[in-house]
Formats: sequence, C-alpha cells, structure tokens
Amino acid sequence: MCEGLGCGGSKPGMNELRESLIQAVDLHNLSDDVKVDFTGCHGFCQKGPIVVIEPEGTFYTHVKPKDANAIIKQHFIKSEPVKRLLYKDAETGKYIQNYDEVPFYKNQQRIILRNCGHINPEKIEDYISEGGYKALQKSLCDYEPLEVIEEIKKSGLRGRGGAGFSTGMKWSFCRQSPGEPKYIICNADEGDPGAFMDRSILEADPHSVIEGMIIAAYAMGATKGYIYVRAEYPVAVRRFRIATEDARINRFLGENILDTNFSFDIEIYEGAGAFVCGEETALIASIMGKRGNPVPRPPYPTTTGVWGKPTSINNVKTFATVPVIINRGAEWYSSIGTEDSKGTAIFALTGKITNSGLIEVQFGTTLREIIFDIGGGVPNGYEFKGVQTGGPSGGCLPASLLDLPVDYKNMAQSGSILGSGGMIVLDNNDCMVKLANYFLNFIQEESCGKCVPCRVGVKAMYDILQRIIDGQGEMEDLDLLEELADTVKLASLCGLGQTAPNPVLTTIKYFRDEYISHIVDKSCPAKECQALIKFAIDEGLCTGCTICFQSCPTHAIIGRKGERHTIDPLRCTQCGICEASCPSKAIIKLDRCEMEKVVLV
Amino acid sequence: MPTIKIDGIDFDSPPGWTVLEVARFLGLDIPTLCHYDGLEPWGACRLCLVEVFDANGSKLVSSCTHPVSEGLDIKTATKRVIKTRNMVLELLISECPSSKVLQDMASKLGLNRVRIAPKWKDCILCGLCVRVCEEQMMAGAIQFGNRGQHLEVSPPFDIKSDLCRQCGACMQICPVITLRCDGADAATVLCNGCYNETQPSCADEFDSYDCWMGLKGECGTCYQVIETKKEE
Repeated sequence: MCEGLGCGGSKPGMNELRESLIQAVDLHNLSDDVKVDFTGCHGFCQKGPIVVIEPEGTFYTHVKPKDANAIIKQHFIKSEPVKRLLYKDAETGKYIQNYDEVPFYKNQQRIILRNCGHINPEKIEDYISEGGYKALQKSLCDYEPLEVIEEIKKSGLRGRGGAGFSTGMKWSFCRQSPGEPKYIICNADEGDPGAFMDRSILEADPHSVIEGMIIAAYAMGATKGYIYVRAEYPVAVRRFRIATEDARINRFLGENILDTNFSFDIEIYEGAGAFVCGEETALIASIMGKRGNPVPRPPYPTTTGVWGKPTSINNVKTFATVPVIINRGAEWYSSIGTEDSKGTAIFALTGKITNSGLIEVQFGTTLREIIFDIGGGVPNGYEFKGVQTGGPSGGCLPASLLDLPVDYKNMAQSGSILGSGGMIVLDNNDCMVKLANYFLNFIQEESCGKCVPCRVGVKAMYDILQRIIDGQGEMEDLDLLEELADTVKLASLCGLGQTAPNPVLTTIKYFRDEYISHIVDKSCPAKECQALIKFAIDEGLCTGCTICFQSCPTHAIIGRKGERHTIDPLRCTQCGICEASCPSKAIIKLDRCEMEKVVLV
Repeated sequence: MPTIKIDGIDFDSPPGWTVLEVARFLGLDIPTLCHYDGLEPWGACRLCLVEVFDANGSKLVSSCTHPVSEGLDIKTATKRVIKTRNMVLELLISECPSSKVLQDMASKLGLNRVRIAPKWKDCILCGLCVRVCEEQMMAGAIQFGNRGQHLEVSPPFDIKSDLCRQCGACMQICPVITLRCDGADAATVLCNGCYNETQPSCADEFDSYDCWMGLKGECGTCYQVIETKKEE
C-alpha cells in the first residue's frame, strides 16, 4: 500500500485505509498469510491511493477505506481480482491486473527508482533483502577508493541535479584537493514548481541515498556528510532520519564502518525554504549558518566548500544511482542511454497530462514516448501544445520537437535544460506569454537579490511581459526583452540567474507568433490573458438557471430566472468564475478577433 | 607564477591575484562599483565583467572575483562585454537615476539611452555598506534582509542596532549618496553631461575596444582610420 505524499501519506485518511486493511485481514483470519505494509511512492500518483498485492503484483487504484474488505475477501479468499479497482486502459477499455503490464510502468526502466513502491522505507531489512548495502560491502572490501572513482567515471554517470557535470570527475577533483577533512553534501533542496522526484526517493528508498553517500565518502576520503533537505518535506526528513539511525545500528554509519578503519556519518540539515539554496554555493553558505547568497565560482566547492574545505555536492538521484553502478558494473550502466548521457533520467510529469506522476526512462527516449506512451497524452480531447522541461530554469519545447530524444546535449541545443526533471505538459488552453511570465515571477520572488542582472533584469523582463499580457505591449518591447534575456543569461552570478531567461527565450523562439498576436492584434490565442478576452453567453445553450448570476462577484450578469442571461462588459472583470460554475457550458471566451465579429453581427 | 594573457599582453601574475588586480596593475581600465580595495570581493554589480576564452569557447566572469590561473586568456573589452556591461548599467541607472557615480559611469561608458522605466530608488543594494560595517568596522550592525524584489539593507529587525557606533563608514562608502549635478529631482533619467561623442571606436572593426594607447577611442584615431578604410 502506497503511503507517498501524493497518495495521502500525510493525510489521516491513509492511515484509515491501512487500519481498515488490517481489520479486514483479521476479520477473515488471514493474518498468518497476509501482511499489510506500506511503501513509498509508486510514481503513478494520478491513480492513488494505490494498493499492490505482492508478490504477484496485482495493481489496485483509487482504493478507499471501504474497499478494504472487498479486496481481502475477493482477492484472497475467492482468488479473483476486484475488477472495479483495477487499472482500466483508456484506449482499449480493458482492465489490466498486473503492475508490469500497465502501460505507465511497461515503458519505463526503473533503475534509480528500483525499490520505490516495493519496500517499506522505514525498515532497513527490506532494503537489505533487496540487495541493499551489498555495493557498500563490495566497495569497502574489494575496491580501493580510486578504483571506485574510476568505476563511476567509466560508467559515464552525470550529475542529476541539472547541470550534468561528470560525477566521477567531481569526485576525483574533490579527492585531489588539499585539505582535511573533506565533506560531501547531498542536495535535496528541490524547489522547482511541479518537481517531486527527490522527495519521492527520500520517502520511498532513503537507504539507497545513504548507501550512495557512504560509497562517495569512501571514494573521496570524506568523513562527514550533510544532507540539505527542505523543511517542507517533513515525511522525507522523518524517514531519512529513521534510515540513518537504522544504518548506524547496523554499523553502516559511524565509526569503523563494517569493521574497516573507514568512518563516516551523516547530518541532516533542514533548509528554510529559499529556492536559491539549491544552488551549491548558496547551499554551502546556508549550511555554515550564513545568508543563502551564492558566491562566484571559481573557487569551486571541490576546492573550497563547507568551512573552506573540499566539498562534493551531488543530487539525491546521483547518490541513489551509485550503488547500482557498483553492484552491476560500469559497463552495464554505460550500455544504457545515449552517447553522451548514460543511464536513466527521472521525470515528474505534471500539467495537462492523463497519467501524471513520476517516471524513469533511459536517456534517448523521445518526448513523444514519454508524454504519449507513458503519460497517456493530453486529456479532455485538447491538443498538445508544448512541454516545459526543467522547471523555471528550463525551456518550453513545442510539438515540432516531440521526436527529440531526451538527453543533456539535445536539451541544451533546443534552448532548454534537462534540469532536475520537471515536465509540465501544456495544451492549447495555455498561453505561452503567461507561462513565461509565471516563471519569471517565481524567479524574481526567489532570487537572492545579490547581483544586478538577476534582481533588476528579471524584474524588468517581468514588467515587460506583464505589459504584453495587459495588452499594452509594443514591438520594441520584444527586442528589449531579448536583449535583457541575453544580458541576464550572460552576466548573472549563479545558475539561477543564468538560466532564468530560458522560459522567455524558448517561448519567443518557438511561439513568437503568440507574442506578436498579443502585441499587434491585442489578442490571446489561448484565451487565458484576462485583459485580452471577453466573456459572453451563448444564447442557444443558456437555460436561465441563474447559477452564474449568483456566483458573479461583480454582479455583471443580467437576467431573470428562466430567461437568457447576458454579461455587462463594463462590470465584468474576466475572473472566469461564471465559466466554471455554468452547468450547461453556455459561457464562452472570446478573443479580440471574435469580439470584433460579434460586434459586427 | 601563473602566466596569463590579458588583452593580448602576456603577464606573469603573482599567485592569488584576481583578474581585476592584474588589469589595474597593467593600467587596463575595468569599471567597478561594488568592488572596494580592502574589502573582500563580492561580485554582485557585474560591471567588471570580462570575457574568458578557453577551448570550449568563452564566457563572461566578474574580474573582481576571478582568480588567475595558468594559461588564462582574457579580454577586458570585447563587443560582448561592452554590450552586456552597458545593459547592466542601464538596469542600475533605471533603479537609481539620482546617483552621480552611476551617471558619470554612463557618460564614460557611452550609455546614452535607458529603455527601462526609472524607479528612483535610494539604494542600489551594492552591499558596500554592509561589508564595510562587518569587515572593516567589525560591527555588523546592518545586514541584508528579505530576498528578491524585497531585498533591503537594514539593521536586524529594523530597529536601531546596539552594535552601531555611528562611525559613518557606511555613508562614506555609499556610491549613490552623492546626487547628480542636477539634483535628486532631475527631469531626465540620464544626464550625459560629460558624454563623449567620439565613443564609437575600434569595436566595430576589431571586436575589441582595447586601445593600445590605453584609451577607449576618445582620441578618435582608430575611428578615423576606419572611416578612411571605408572610403577606400
């Protein structure tokens, strides 16, 4: 049974489900044969709460506490699955019983998420029984530290935090830098809107991260590790803390690990909610108790990091990959993926997509496969318009790039970044100007404010976009916008500012006509920008029910019960409440061209 | 000693120097705002940008923080640098057009338009006062508060700090405390009173403003050469 946050691990309802399952098991006297246990996130959050019957892998979706009895009775006593709770394929209409045959999982290759959803994250025995801590034993007993680094280098693993720097290179820089003690940091300060892979791993498989960290520490000769995790992730913090304590008891952490002379321990550091603290130099400042301001590199943290000592900072996903590489070998790992991007990548699919959730695919998979085969495409019959990858630092890719194989190189060439792996799918109701504006707003709020291009430049860009959205844009604004974007990209101090213009640059590159129609025609093709649309009532569909009349906050709707309503354009503020409230979908949005037609009629 | 190349000059730099220190030693002029001798480099104003070339291409770095290393190849005034630097200054002036330091710099760098709506703020958040208070006066009475658009310099909790000895170092160091010649309520965003009309120089032809005479096109010789070339 899934107790990830998406399925309601933090809500009281989930414990209710667990209790009702246990009660049902007791009721049918099956407690010797059936064990109810919880796991971390399965990734398929759209279908949650999820219950999986192991070992055969029957996959139940949308399970409510009242279904517990039916599952136990029908599945275990009658030995037939509860059909109504099985996954139903949207295309064929067939019910699919087995976990591995659900298209969402069938097309994935889960390496980093190997244990997520299969083990109890709060029990170290579960992790060990899945082959956990074998890689640690192997590295400590069979490998010299330098051999571990060689192995990681050979595997071609690149940092999963977004920049994609070679992990092996980073480790060897840190090892070679003079200065003792050395530190390693696990960066779990995940703040992108719509990204939740680090949280899911920490909640579902914290031991894999711990094991990766210990191996890294051994390779670099570090004695102390920090994990910098957002305080907004209480479940992740709690489970990680339990995991470190269990690891200490089992002598995987602390003095003389596994009776060798290697000692290492991990301290959990909870971040205070600043997005910029995901940037490595700001993160280091934050750990040292200073204001989370980035500092220019060089010197890089691998030479001068926490407390001025060599420090290696890696992402949660990077550490979670390390044990697999050690266990199965660099050659096996480097056989997966593309020429310059080895292994797999995790994406958090959100937005206008049928199957939202967490997925893992190998590099080189095309966007089409990710969005349509695994994600199930855009729901409600709308048209796919674009996908925003990499969160606020990434770019927005149009439908024409759907067949682009996803890897570091291709993403950079298209103007986006792989980033931490957020993927927000957009349909034709999403306005690209508004999207760029949204991300810039996020950056201007979350920028530390230290350097001028990021603090003033992003704000200037935001103001220009706001003008365009309000219908007051001019064509010169577009040139200034591009010039500002270039300046912010080139001149900003840290990665936050350097990547902040990406949403603007890519939307201008791929959706320039949309900007032009905002500026020249004063029209929003997606009908999202409030200043550029008008609401109207389709007289043929209106039944005169007065629901919109009652819900309108500005009393802009005129009409009596049973009569067709009209909207007073002078009072209407385009808030859209009436549109949402209308039961017969009679309220329509008009863009500028349509407005003119209506006036002409 | 690391050997570096700066604007085509080979130089054996003492280890631990920054690019800015080398440039100043050689008499190459790089504009700075948040840099102050005696304070730790801060790298926030981004006016001292220079272009660093390596095998993978080039990137812009702040010269006040960039340490010299063996084989470093730097140009202090390429087209890209000038364009970006002027845009950064344009952003700064739009924040605080009443500052004499910024207006003088605009005239010197040849900035003659500001396309961003002026905000007429009093502080450009360069951090000099915060740093001088902490590093030289050993007081730490003022600090940055909030972030992003809400960033401000203030004593803790916005109340008068017991640590402040009213030494006035923060006022002395503040670059925007001196008002421009036409006062705080000037009608225009840019003064350009000292603006030099002969700004266009070698940049258009040689992709570098670097004048071997240590000038930036003020004498106009290169400009004339280019003109003659065009006529030919």
